[in-house]
Amino acid sequence: MSYGDFLAVHGTRFLSGAIITAEQTVLAAVLAVAIALVMGLMRLSGNVLIRGVSTVYIEIFRGTSLLVQLYWIFFVLPLFGIPLEKFTAGFAAVGMNLGAYGAEVVRGAIQSVPRGQYEAALALNMSPATRMRRIILPQALLIMLPPWGNLMIELLKGTALVSLISVADLMFEAKQINATTFLSIQAFGTALVIYYVMARFLITPFMRWLEVFMARKMGRA
Amino acid sequence: MFDWRWDFAFEIMPRLLWATLNTLLAAGIGYGIALVLGLVFALAQRTRFASLTFIVRELVEFIRSTPLVLQIFFVFYVGPQFGIRLSPWTSGMIAIGLHYAAYLSEVYRAGIESVPRGQWEACWALNLSAGRTYFRIIIPQALPASLPGMGNYMVGIFKDTPMLSVIGVTELMHTANALGSETYRFLEPYTLVGVIFLAISLPTAAGLRWFEAWVRRSLGMGR
Repeated sequence: MSYGDFLAVHGTRFLSGAIITAEQTVLAAVLAVAIALVMGLMRLSGNVLIRGVSTVYIEIFRGTSLLVQLYWIFFVLPLFGIPLEKFTAGFAAVGMNLGAYGAEVVRGAIQSVPRGQYEAALALNMSPATRMRRIILPQALLIMLPPWGNLMIELLKGTALVSLISVADLMFEAKQINATTFLSIQAFGTALVIYYVMARFLITPFMRWLEVFMARKMGRA
Repeated sequence: MFDWRWDFAFEIMPRLLWATLNTLLAAGIGYGIALVLGLVFALAQRTRFASLTFIVRELVEFIRSTPLVLQIFFVFYVGPQFGIRLSPWTSGMIAIGLHYAAYLSEVYRAGIESVPRGQWEACWALNLSAGRTYFRIIIPQALPASLPGMGNYMVGIFKDTPMLSVIGVTELMHTANALGSETYRFLEPYTLVGVIFLAISLPTAAGLRWFEAWVRRSLGMGR
Protein backbone atom coordinates (compact mmCIF):
# COMPACT_ATOMS: atom_id res chain seq x y z
CA MET A 1 0.00 0.00 0.00
CA SER A 2 1.59 3.23 -1.12
CA TYR A 3 1.40 6.34 0.99
CA GLY A 4 -1.00 7.91 -1.50
CA ASP A 5 -3.42 4.99 -1.09
CA PHE A 6 -3.03 5.24 2.67
CA LEU A 7 -4.02 8.90 2.58
CA ALA A 8 -6.88 8.23 0.19
CA VAL A 9 -8.34 5.69 2.61
CA HIS A 10 -7.64 7.45 5.91
CA GLY A 11 -7.34 11.11 4.88
CA THR A 12 -10.85 12.02 6.01
CA ARG A 13 -10.17 10.62 9.48
CA PHE A 14 -7.00 12.69 9.81
CA LEU A 15 -8.99 15.69 8.66
CA SER A 16 -11.83 15.19 11.14
CA GLY A 17 -9.28 14.60 13.89
CA ALA A 18 -7.41 17.78 12.96
CA ILE A 19 -10.67 19.73 13.09
CA ILE A 20 -11.40 18.45 16.61
CA THR A 21 -7.83 19.32 17.62
CA ALA A 22 -8.31 22.83 16.22
CA GLU A 23 -11.60 23.21 18.12
CA GLN A 24 -10.00 22.02 21.35
CA THR A 25 -7.08 24.39 20.82
CA VAL A 26 -9.28 27.44 20.19
CA LEU A 27 -11.63 26.74 23.12
CA ALA A 28 -8.74 25.96 25.48
CA ALA A 29 -6.94 29.12 24.31
CA VAL A 30 -9.96 31.33 25.07
CA LEU A 31 -10.29 29.75 28.52
CA ALA A 32 -6.54 30.01 29.17
CA VAL A 33 -6.42 33.72 28.25
CA ALA A 34 -9.44 34.49 30.46
CA ILE A 35 -8.01 32.56 33.43
CA ALA A 36 -4.55 34.04 32.91
CA LEU A 37 -5.90 37.61 32.97
CA VAL A 38 -8.02 37.06 36.08
CA MET A 39 -5.39 35.08 37.98
CA GLY A 40 -2.54 37.33 36.86
CA LEU A 41 -4.39 40.44 38.09
CA MET A 42 -5.41 38.69 41.33
CA ARG A 43 -1.77 37.78 41.88
CA LEU A 44 -0.99 41.52 42.02
CA SER A 45 -3.83 42.39 44.36
CA GLY A 46 -3.09 44.10 47.66
CA ASN A 47 -5.57 41.80 49.39
CA VAL A 48 -3.81 38.80 50.94
CA LEU A 49 -6.80 36.53 50.45
CA ILE A 50 -7.23 37.32 46.74
CA ARG A 51 -3.51 36.99 46.16
CA GLY A 52 -3.49 33.70 48.10
CA VAL A 53 -6.25 32.18 45.97
CA SER A 54 -4.41 32.90 42.74
CA THR A 55 -1.08 31.70 44.16
CA VAL A 56 -2.64 28.39 45.21
CA TYR A 57 -4.31 28.00 41.80
CA ILE A 58 -1.10 28.73 39.93
CA GLU A 59 1.07 26.47 42.08
CA ILE A 60 -1.37 23.55 41.88
CA PHE A 61 -1.73 23.72 38.12
CA ARG A 62 1.96 24.33 37.47
CA GLY A 63 3.10 21.85 40.09
CA THR A 64 1.25 18.81 38.75
CA SER A 65 0.99 17.23 35.31
CA LEU A 66 -1.60 18.15 32.74
CA LEU A 67 -2.44 14.45 32.41
CA VAL A 68 -3.10 14.16 36.16
CA GLN A 69 -5.34 17.25 36.00
CA LEU A 70 -7.19 15.90 32.98
CA TYR A 71 -7.88 12.54 34.62
CA TRP A 72 -8.87 14.25 37.83
CA ILE A 73 -11.33 16.53 36.06
CA PHE A 74 -12.76 13.71 33.96
CA PHE A 75 -12.88 10.85 36.48
CA VAL A 76 -13.07 12.52 39.89
CA LEU A 77 -15.22 15.63 39.37
CA PRO A 78 -18.29 13.52 38.51
CA LEU A 79 -18.03 12.04 42.03
CA PHE A 80 -18.61 15.56 43.35
CA GLY A 81 -21.72 15.90 41.20
CA ILE A 82 -20.02 17.77 38.34
CA PRO A 83 -20.17 15.37 35.39
CA LEU A 84 -18.43 16.81 32.36
CA GLU A 85 -18.71 15.73 28.77
CA LYS A 86 -15.34 14.37 27.64
CA PHE A 87 -15.02 17.12 25.03
CA THR A 88 -15.64 19.80 27.70
CA ALA A 89 -13.37 18.11 30.24
CA GLY A 90 -10.65 18.00 27.59
CA PHE A 91 -10.43 21.68 26.71
CA ALA A 92 -11.25 22.71 30.30
CA ALA A 93 -8.21 20.81 31.63
CA VAL A 94 -5.88 22.13 28.93
CA GLY A 95 -7.21 25.68 29.33
CA MET A 96 -6.94 25.65 33.12
CA ASN A 97 -3.41 24.26 32.96
CA LEU A 98 -2.11 26.77 30.41
CA GLY A 99 -4.07 29.52 32.17
CA ALA A 100 -1.84 29.03 35.22
CA TYR A 101 1.30 29.42 33.10
CA GLY A 102 -0.30 32.41 31.35
CA ALA A 103 -1.10 34.05 34.69
CA GLU A 104 2.61 34.27 35.44
CA VAL A 105 3.20 35.78 32.00
CA VAL A 106 0.47 38.36 32.63
CA ARG A 107 1.87 39.18 36.06
CA GLY A 108 5.39 39.58 34.69
CA ALA A 109 4.20 41.79 31.82
CA ILE A 110 2.18 44.07 34.09
CA GLN A 111 5.11 44.39 36.46
CA SER A 112 7.45 45.34 33.63
CA VAL A 113 5.37 48.35 32.56
CA PRO A 114 7.53 51.30 33.64
CA ARG A 115 6.77 52.76 37.05
CA GLY A 116 6.34 56.27 35.59
CA GLN A 117 3.20 55.13 33.77
CA TYR A 118 1.53 54.39 37.12
CA GLU A 119 2.63 57.72 38.49
CA ALA A 120 1.40 59.63 35.44
CA ALA A 121 -2.00 57.90 35.67
CA LEU A 122 -2.13 58.76 39.37
CA ALA A 123 -1.24 62.38 38.64
CA LEU A 124 -4.09 62.52 36.11
CA ASN A 125 -6.42 61.34 38.90
CA MET A 126 -7.44 58.15 37.12
CA SER A 127 -9.27 55.53 39.12
CA PRO A 128 -7.26 52.28 39.63
CA ALA A 129 -9.63 50.43 37.26
CA THR A 130 -9.27 53.01 34.48
CA ARG A 131 -5.53 53.11 35.01
CA MET A 132 -5.28 49.35 34.59
CA ARG A 133 -7.65 49.19 31.62
CA ARG A 134 -6.53 52.24 29.67
CA ILE A 135 -2.85 52.63 30.57
CA ILE A 136 -1.24 49.53 32.05
CA LEU A 137 -2.91 46.57 30.31
CA PRO A 138 -2.50 47.83 26.73
CA GLN A 139 1.23 48.28 27.29
CA ALA A 140 1.48 44.98 29.16
CA LEU A 141 -0.26 43.30 26.22
CA LEU A 142 2.58 44.18 23.87
CA ILE A 143 5.11 42.80 26.32
CA MET A 144 3.26 39.53 26.91
CA LEU A 145 2.44 38.62 23.31
CA PRO A 146 5.76 36.91 22.44
CA PRO A 147 5.66 34.52 25.44
CA TRP A 148 2.00 33.85 24.64
CA GLY A 149 3.14 32.61 21.24
CA ASN A 150 5.13 29.87 22.96
CA LEU A 151 2.26 29.09 25.31
CA MET A 152 -0.12 28.67 22.37
CA ILE A 153 2.15 26.01 20.89
CA GLU A 154 2.32 24.28 24.28
CA LEU A 155 -1.46 24.47 24.34
CA LEU A 156 -1.81 22.84 20.93
CA LYS A 157 0.53 20.07 22.06
CA GLY A 158 -1.39 19.74 25.31
CA THR A 159 -4.62 19.01 23.47
CA ALA A 160 -3.08 15.73 22.22
CA LEU A 161 -3.68 14.37 25.73
CA VAL A 162 -7.46 14.65 25.40
CA SER A 163 -7.24 11.57 23.15
CA LEU A 164 -6.60 9.61 26.36
CA ILE A 165 -10.16 10.35 27.53
CA SER A 166 -11.39 9.30 24.05
CA VAL A 167 -11.99 12.71 22.50
CA ALA A 168 -11.65 11.90 18.79
CA ASP A 169 -8.88 14.40 18.07
CA LEU A 170 -5.94 14.00 15.69
CA MET A 171 -3.92 11.93 18.16
CA PHE A 172 -6.93 9.65 18.77
CA GLU A 173 -7.50 9.07 15.06
CA ALA A 174 -3.80 8.31 14.55
CA LYS A 175 -3.99 5.71 17.32
CA GLN A 176 -7.13 4.16 15.83
CA ILE A 177 -5.64 4.01 12.34
CA ASN A 178 -2.48 2.47 13.76
CA ALA A 179 -4.52 -0.15 15.62
CA THR A 180 -6.40 -1.26 12.51
CA THR A 181 -3.64 -1.02 9.87
CA PHE A 182 -0.40 -1.53 11.89
CA LEU A 183 1.12 1.09 9.57
CA SER A 184 2.64 2.96 12.50
CA ILE A 185 5.08 5.16 10.65
CA GLN A 186 2.36 6.37 8.27
CA ALA A 187 -0.30 6.81 10.97
CA PHE A 188 1.81 8.55 13.61
CA GLY A 189 4.11 10.23 11.10
CA THR A 190 1.20 11.90 9.31
CA ALA A 191 -0.23 13.10 12.62
CA LEU A 192 3.18 14.49 13.64
CA VAL A 193 3.43 16.42 10.38
CA ILE A 194 -0.10 17.82 10.78
CA TYR A 195 0.68 19.02 14.32
CA TYR A 196 3.90 20.55 13.04
CA VAL A 197 2.11 22.38 10.24
CA MET A 198 -0.51 23.68 12.66
CA ALA A 199 2.14 24.95 15.09
CA ARG A 200 4.62 26.33 12.60
CA PHE A 201 2.42 27.58 9.77
CA LEU A 202 -0.82 28.53 11.55
CA ILE A 203 -0.19 29.45 15.19
CA THR A 204 3.27 31.04 14.85
CA PRO A 205 2.36 33.30 11.87
CA PHE A 206 -0.92 34.24 13.57
CA MET A 207 0.84 35.27 16.78
CA ARG A 208 3.46 37.21 14.76
CA TRP A 209 0.65 38.99 12.92
CA LEU A 210 -1.07 39.74 16.21
CA GLU A 211 2.15 41.23 17.61
CA VAL A 212 2.54 43.51 14.58
CA PHE A 213 -1.17 44.39 14.56
CA MET A 214 -1.19 45.28 18.26
CA ALA A 215 2.06 47.25 18.03
CA ARG A 216 0.60 49.28 15.16
CA LYS A 217 -2.60 49.83 17.10
CA MET A 218 -0.60 51.26 19.99
CA GLY A 219 1.39 53.41 17.61
CA ARG A 220 4.63 51.53 18.27
CA ALA A 221 5.38 50.26 14.79
CA MET B 1 -14.66 15.25 52.07
CA PHE B 2 -17.55 13.72 50.15
CA ASP B 3 -16.54 10.14 49.71
CA TRP B 4 -12.90 10.20 50.71
CA ARG B 5 -11.81 6.99 52.50
CA TRP B 6 -8.67 7.37 54.55
CA ASP B 7 -8.25 3.62 55.10
CA PHE B 8 -8.23 3.08 51.33
CA ALA B 9 -5.86 5.98 50.85
CA PHE B 10 -3.40 4.47 53.34
CA GLU B 11 -3.81 1.04 51.78
CA ILE B 12 -2.78 2.20 48.31
CA MET B 13 -0.09 4.60 49.50
CA PRO B 14 2.80 2.04 49.56
CA ARG B 15 2.13 1.02 45.96
CA LEU B 16 1.95 4.64 44.85
CA LEU B 17 5.18 5.48 46.65
CA TRP B 18 6.98 2.56 44.98
CA ALA B 19 5.69 3.79 41.64
CA THR B 20 6.98 7.25 42.52
CA LEU B 21 10.48 5.78 42.58
CA ASN B 22 9.92 4.58 39.01
CA THR B 23 8.69 8.03 38.03
CA LEU B 24 11.79 9.61 39.54
CA LEU B 25 14.01 7.05 37.83
CA ALA B 26 12.35 7.73 34.46
CA ALA B 27 12.69 11.49 34.95
CA GLY B 28 16.34 11.07 35.97
CA ILE B 29 17.33 8.89 33.01
CA GLY B 30 15.35 11.05 30.60
CA TYR B 31 16.97 14.20 31.94
CA GLY B 32 20.43 12.64 31.70
CA ILE B 33 19.86 11.79 28.04
CA ALA B 34 18.44 15.25 27.38
CA LEU B 35 21.37 17.04 29.04
CA VAL B 36 23.95 15.28 26.85
CA LEU B 37 21.96 15.13 23.62
CA GLY B 38 20.86 18.74 24.06
CA LEU B 39 24.51 19.81 24.10
CA VAL B 40 25.11 17.79 20.92
CA PHE B 41 22.15 19.54 19.25
CA ALA B 42 23.38 22.96 20.42
CA LEU B 43 26.98 22.44 19.30
CA ALA B 44 25.90 20.87 15.99
CA GLN B 45 24.30 24.21 15.13
CA ARG B 46 27.59 26.00 15.60
CA THR B 47 29.78 24.15 13.12
CA ARG B 48 31.07 25.43 9.78
CA PHE B 49 28.66 23.19 7.88
CA ALA B 50 25.60 25.25 7.06
CA SER B 51 23.61 22.21 5.95
CA LEU B 52 24.19 20.48 9.31
CA THR B 53 23.05 23.61 11.13
CA PHE B 54 19.94 23.73 8.96
CA ILE B 55 19.05 20.07 9.50
CA VAL B 56 19.55 20.17 13.27
CA ARG B 57 17.68 23.49 13.51
CA GLU B 58 14.65 22.06 11.66
CA LEU B 59 14.80 18.85 13.70
CA VAL B 60 14.75 20.81 16.96
CA GLU B 61 11.85 22.93 15.70
CA PHE B 62 9.95 19.82 14.65
CA ILE B 63 10.43 18.07 17.98
CA ARG B 64 9.45 21.20 19.88
CA SER B 65 6.26 21.79 17.92
CA THR B 66 4.78 18.30 18.14
CA PRO B 67 3.19 16.62 21.16
CA LEU B 68 5.39 14.45 23.37
CA VAL B 69 2.68 11.83 23.78
CA LEU B 70 2.56 11.34 20.01
CA GLN B 71 6.34 11.07 19.88
CA ILE B 72 6.21 8.39 22.58
CA PHE B 73 3.73 6.37 20.50
CA PHE B 74 5.81 6.95 17.39
CA VAL B 75 9.02 5.59 18.91
CA PHE B 76 7.22 2.68 20.55
CA TYR B 77 5.28 1.50 17.49
CA VAL B 78 7.57 2.35 14.61
CA GLY B 79 10.39 0.06 15.73
CA PRO B 80 8.40 -3.20 15.38
CA GLN B 81 7.40 -2.21 11.81
CA PHE B 82 11.10 -2.59 10.95
CA GLY B 83 11.65 -5.60 13.17
CA ILE B 84 13.17 -3.69 16.09
CA ARG B 85 11.36 -4.39 19.36
CA LEU B 86 11.89 -1.73 21.99
CA SER B 87 10.63 -2.18 25.55
CA PRO B 88 8.26 0.50 26.89
CA TRP B 89 11.05 1.76 29.13
CA THR B 90 13.59 2.05 26.31
CA SER B 91 11.24 3.73 23.85
CA GLY B 92 9.88 5.99 26.58
CA MET B 93 13.37 7.12 27.56
CA ILE B 94 14.34 7.72 23.91
CA ALA B 95 11.21 9.79 23.26
CA ILE B 96 11.30 11.88 26.42
CA GLY B 97 15.09 12.29 26.21
CA LEU B 98 14.89 13.50 22.59
CA HIS B 99 11.99 15.82 23.32
CA TYR B 100 13.73 17.57 26.17
CA ALA B 101 17.08 17.52 24.37
CA ALA B 102 15.44 19.80 21.79
CA TYR B 103 14.29 22.17 24.53
CA LEU B 104 17.63 22.08 26.35
CA SER B 105 19.56 22.75 23.15
CA GLU B 106 17.73 26.10 22.96
CA VAL B 107 18.68 26.84 26.56
CA TYR B 108 22.34 25.99 25.86
CA ARG B 109 22.29 28.01 22.65
CA ALA B 110 21.02 31.11 24.47
CA GLY B 111 23.61 30.53 27.19
CA ILE B 112 26.47 30.21 24.69
CA GLU B 113 25.30 33.32 22.84
CA SER B 114 25.30 35.26 26.12
CA VAL B 115 29.09 34.82 26.46
CA PRO B 116 30.73 38.09 25.32
CA ARG B 117 32.45 38.07 21.92
CA GLY B 118 35.73 39.11 23.47
CA GLN B 119 36.01 35.71 25.17
CA TRP B 120 36.00 33.99 21.78
CA GLU B 121 38.55 36.42 20.42
CA ALA B 122 40.79 35.87 23.46
CA CYS B 123 40.64 32.10 22.93
CA TRP B 124 41.52 32.59 19.28
CA ALA B 125 44.39 34.92 20.20
CA LEU B 126 45.70 32.31 22.66
CA ASN B 127 45.48 29.67 19.92
CA LEU B 128 43.25 27.38 22.02
CA SER B 129 41.77 24.38 20.25
CA ALA B 130 38.02 24.31 19.63
CA GLY B 131 37.60 21.69 22.37
CA ARG B 132 39.47 23.70 24.97
CA THR B 133 37.68 26.90 23.93
CA TYR B 134 34.31 25.27 24.50
CA PHE B 135 34.93 23.14 27.54
CA ARG B 136 37.31 25.38 29.49
CA ILE B 137 36.21 28.89 28.54
CA ILE B 138 32.81 29.19 26.92
CA ILE B 139 30.65 26.50 28.56
CA PRO B 140 31.68 27.35 32.16
CA GLN B 141 30.58 30.92 31.51
CA ALA B 142 27.46 29.93 29.60
CA LEU B 143 26.34 27.64 32.41
CA PRO B 144 25.06 30.22 34.93
CA ALA B 145 22.88 31.82 32.26
CA SER B 146 21.56 28.39 31.30
CA LEU B 147 20.82 27.17 34.82
CA PRO B 148 17.30 28.64 35.23
CA GLY B 149 16.16 27.07 31.95
CA MET B 150 17.82 23.77 32.79
CA GLY B 151 16.09 23.74 36.17
CA ASN B 152 12.68 24.49 34.66
CA TYR B 153 13.00 21.61 32.21
CA MET B 154 14.14 19.28 34.99
CA VAL B 155 10.82 19.89 36.76
CA GLY B 156 9.11 19.80 33.35
CA ILE B 157 10.42 16.35 32.48
CA PHE B 158 9.29 15.07 35.89
CA LYS B 159 5.80 16.38 35.23
CA ASP B 160 5.71 14.85 31.75
CA THR B 161 6.58 11.30 32.90
CA PRO B 162 2.87 10.40 33.36
CA MET B 163 2.66 10.34 29.56
CA LEU B 164 4.87 7.24 29.65
CA SER B 165 1.90 5.38 31.16
CA VAL B 166 0.30 5.27 27.69
CA ILE B 167 2.81 2.67 26.50
CA GLY B 168 2.77 0.78 29.80
CA VAL B 169 5.72 2.13 31.78
CA THR B 170 4.72 1.34 35.37
CA GLU B 171 5.20 4.81 36.77
CA LEU B 172 2.89 6.75 39.08
CA MET B 173 0.04 7.43 36.65
CA HIS B 174 0.04 3.88 35.34
CA THR B 175 -0.20 2.54 38.91
CA ALA B 176 -3.03 4.96 39.73
CA ASN B 177 -4.91 3.80 36.62
CA ALA B 178 -4.37 0.18 37.63
CA LEU B 179 -5.58 0.85 41.18
CA GLY B 180 -8.61 2.67 39.81
CA SER B 181 -9.65 -0.14 37.54
CA GLU B 182 -9.01 -2.81 40.22
CA THR B 183 -11.09 -1.10 42.89
CA TYR B 184 -13.40 1.19 40.88
CA ARG B 185 -12.26 4.03 43.11
CA PHE B 186 -10.64 6.93 41.28
CA LEU B 187 -10.91 9.71 43.85
CA GLU B 188 -8.09 8.59 46.14
CA PRO B 189 -5.54 7.31 43.55
CA TYR B 190 -5.78 10.35 41.28
CA THR B 191 -5.86 12.85 44.15
CA LEU B 192 -2.85 11.21 45.80
CA VAL B 193 -0.96 11.28 42.50
CA GLY B 194 -1.61 15.01 42.32
CA VAL B 195 -0.46 15.49 45.91
CA ILE B 196 2.72 13.46 45.33
CA PHE B 197 3.53 15.54 42.25
CA LEU B 198 3.04 18.77 44.18
CA ALA B 199 5.07 17.44 47.13
CA ILE B 200 8.01 16.77 44.83
CA SER B 201 7.85 19.55 42.24
CA LEU B 202 7.31 22.52 44.58
CA PRO B 203 10.31 21.84 46.88
CA THR B 204 12.43 20.93 43.83
CA ALA B 205 11.59 24.23 42.16
CA ALA B 206 12.41 26.13 45.37
CA GLY B 207 15.66 24.17 45.76
CA LEU B 208 16.64 24.96 42.18
CA ARG B 209 16.13 28.72 42.75
CA TRP B 210 18.39 28.46 45.79
CA PHE B 211 20.99 26.49 43.83
CA GLU B 212 21.04 29.09 41.01
CA ALA B 213 21.59 31.87 43.52
CA TRP B 214 24.35 29.84 45.17
CA VAL B 215 26.13 29.17 41.84
CA ARG B 216 25.95 32.82 40.86
CA ARG B 217 27.31 33.87 44.25
CA SER B 218 30.13 31.36 44.26
CA LEU B 219 31.15 32.45 40.76
CA GLY B 220 31.26 36.00 42.05
CA MET B 221 28.51 37.19 39.73
CA GLY B 222 26.43 38.84 42.44
CA ARG B 223 22.73 39.20 41.81
